[in-house]
Amino acid sequence: MSEPSLRTPLARVTGLGSAKDGTGHWWLQRLTAVALVPLAVWFVASIVSLTGAGQGEIKAWLSNPLAALLMVLFLATGFYHLKLGLQVVIEDYVHGHGLKVALLIANVFACVLLGGGSILAVLKLTLGA
Amino acid sequence: MAFRNRPLSPHLQVYKPQIGSVTSILHRITGLGLGAGTVLLAWWLIAAAAGPEAFAAAQGFIGSFVGRLLLLGFTVALFYHLSNGIRHLAWDAGLGFDLDTAAKSGWAVLAATAALTLIAWIVAYAMRGGA
Repeated sequence: MSEPSLRTPLARVTGLGSAKDGTGHWWLQRLTAVALVPLAVWFVASIVSLTGAGQGEIKAWLSNPLAALLMVLFLATGFYHLKLGLQVVIEDYVHGHGLKVALLIANVFACVLLGGGSILAVLKLTLGA
Repeated sequence: MAFRNRPLSPHLQVYKPQIGSVTSILHRITGLGLGAGTVLLAWWLIAAAAGPEAFAAAQGFIGSFVGRLLLLGFTVALFYHLSNGIRHLAWDAGLGFDLDTAAKSGWAVLAATAALTLIAWIVAYAMRGGA
C-alpha cells in the first residue's frame, strides 16, 4: 500500500464495505430484474388471455409444462425480487432497531410463505394431484 | 452556528416536483403496490389449486367492481415498474444518464405505462366479449 489509508488490508481484500454485505443485494436485485422483464411480459399476456376463465381453463393452461415452468420461474424470481425491494424500504424508513429486525424477519417469512404457497399451487395444478 | 443555514436535503415539501424525482418515488410506490398485488395473485393461484368452488369465489371477487379497480391498479403498477425498471437497468449500464435523456425517458415511461395498460385492458375485454 503506497498511499496512507484508514482501511485495513483485510477490509480492502474482502470488499464488503460498511454494511458487511458487499454488492450481493444490489446484484441480485438487478439479476432478478433482468429475468423478470421477459417473465412479467409473458405473465401479463397469459393472464389477459385467461380473463374470466374458470378453474378448468386454469388447469388446462398449466397442464402445458412450458407454462408451468415459466409460472414457477416467474413466482420464484418475483417473490425474491419483492423480498429484496421490501427489505430496502424497511431499512430506509424504519429506524427503531427492534421493530426493524422484526419487520425484516416478517418480510422474509411472508415472501417465502406466499411464494412457496403459490408455487405449490402451480405444481398441484400442473401435476393434477 | 453557521451550519444551521445550510440547506436540508431531501425535503419533499420544499422541492418542486420534477420528472426525475417523481418517477423515482413512483418506482418505490408501485413496487409496494405490486407487493400487495402478489397477495391477490397468490390467493388466485391457491384458490385454483383448492378447487372449482374456491376458485369461483376468487374470480367473483376479482370480477367485482372493487376487484377490477384493484386489478387496474395492479396493471398500472406492473407496467410502470416494468418500464421504469428497464430505464434503471439502462442507467446501471451507464446509458442515458445526461439530464435531457433522463427527462425524456421519464416521460416515455409514463407514456408506455398508459399505452400498455390501455392495450392490456382492451384485449382483456375483447377476449371475453365485454364480460
